[in-house]
Amino acid sequence: MYSKKIIEEFTNPKNVGIIEDADGVGEIGSTVDGDVITMYIKVDNGVLTDVRFKTFGCVVAISTSTMVTQLAKGKTVEDALAISNQDVQHALGGLPQGKDRCSGFALDALHKAIDDYRSKKVTI
Amino acid sequence: MKRIYMDHSATTPVDPLVVDAMLPYFTESFGNSSSLHSFGQEAAEALYVARSQVADSIGAKAEEIIFTSGGTESDNIALQGVLSREAGKRQHIITSVIEHPAVLNTCSFLESTGHDITYVPVDSEGIVNADDVKNAVRGNTVLISIMHANNEIGTIQPIKEIADIAKDNNIYLHTDAVQSVGKIPVDVNSLGVDMLSISSHKLYGPKGVGALYMREGTRLNPILFGGGHERGMRPGTENIPGIVGFATASSLAKEHLDTDSKHMLRLRDSLIKGVFATLDDVRLNGHATQRLPNNANLSFKYVEGESMLMLLDMAGIAVSTGSACSSRSLHASHVLDSIGLEPDYIHGSVRMTLGKENSMEEIEYLVGALQETVTKLRQISSPAKC
Repeated sequence: MYSKKIIEEFTNPKNVGIIEDADGVGEIGSTVDGDVITMYIKVDNGVLTDVRFKTFGCVVAISTSTMVTQLAKGKTVEDALAISNQDVQHALGGLPQGKDRCSGFALDALHKAIDDYRSKKVTI
Repeated sequence: MKRIYMDHSATTPVDPLVVDAMLPYFTESFGNSSSLHSFGQEAAEALYVARSQVADSIGAKAEEIIFTSGGTESDNIALQGVLSREAGKRQHIITSVIEHPAVLNTCSFLESTGHDITYVPVDSEGIVNADDVKNAVRGNTVLISIMHANNEIGTIQPIKEIADIAKDNNIYLHTDAVQSVGKIPVDVNSLGVDMLSISSHKLYGPKGVGALYMREGTRLNPILFGGGHERGMRPGTENIPGIVGFATASSLAKEHLDTDSKHMLRLRDSLIKGVFATLDDVRLNGHATQRLPNNANLSFKYVEGESMLMLLDMAGIAVSTGSACSSRSLHASHVLDSIGLEPDYIHGSVRMTLGKENSMEEIEYLVGALQETVTKLRQISSPAKC
């Protein structure tokens, strides 16, 4: 029922891990809902030089997390914010029906990490 | 890749002996048991023998067996049939929070049509307390329906104790024994039940057939109306090949019960022991001993069930999970919720239900695969675990 691409990303996810000196961290979800996604970003000159994640969740949560990191890495903050849920789903070869519930969570976590980065920048 | 099936509470493969017994009833002895000619009489004879076989397997009389399309229909006839028969009189049912959806959703429909249902809780090990059932009895209680063994965590309920309460209060007792038949002894008289549901495909028989045991003197209205088959309780031309297969499977299950259940118990205990020896943050859901010999329901912290299921499937192992993401409804298991399990343990639950054809080598392979899978997913999940 899952696309070949989803299974591939799920079995061998890229960019798993934490960034110790991250410029922004965003966490969404709770163990009550069954998904917790944390995104870590490193920003240099307005560009996301590193994006990593930790995800407790289902096949969709893990595969969208790794896809979001891959799509965002190397992009400017603005371009990263422009990544849509459709872009993520498209890159994964589509999601099975009824499975789109948690597909937006990974992007939400990235947005939160960027918010975190921006709020820190303001206070500095 | 060799595939290993460890989801026998979902369904079982049909035993080749069962298939052999069924085959003549498709093409040679295909008659309608209501027909007076020889074709019909062959079918009637097969039906007669099958009814005795199923009855024998649960200590019942042949005339107390109603063939149905399976467990769901049997449960529906029992619950709806009693209330319909008692219309305008006793209209209260007592059931438990961990019943199969075939009972729970029938109950919620009955509630929507104005009937009263009491759902008794279970303790943290998934067992109904008979005192709760006793305290729920009212003047208008007509039926108690408590499952014999739970489909998710395999816990065995105190049906005998509940039967005493039912008897004292002149209330019918129904039990859904879909999961217990073929795994532990099921005898309608020692259990003291008035009605009992069985499903063929859980005991190496074909799908689409089952039975409702109705103790002599139990008065129900049918929920289907038609040509008067099955004493009018379940009209419709009988599924003779299915019924013959079901009966053969029932006889085989009874004959091999002792050997099969000992075999499964040995495998189950090695599985649980092996997992606890190789992984931390694991828990066994349900009761340690008051459970089916083939059921191991384990929760692994920091991993999610559907992800585990997929990785195990890639390793050739078929299991199931109570996590929300794997279910059609996107709701986590109501059973694991009822035993008060913390959400992260619910989402990380995996049910392995063994069968007679599983081997110790397969258990060893499973234990290794579980260790790999959980370790891999924990590396992806928790910062605390990397």
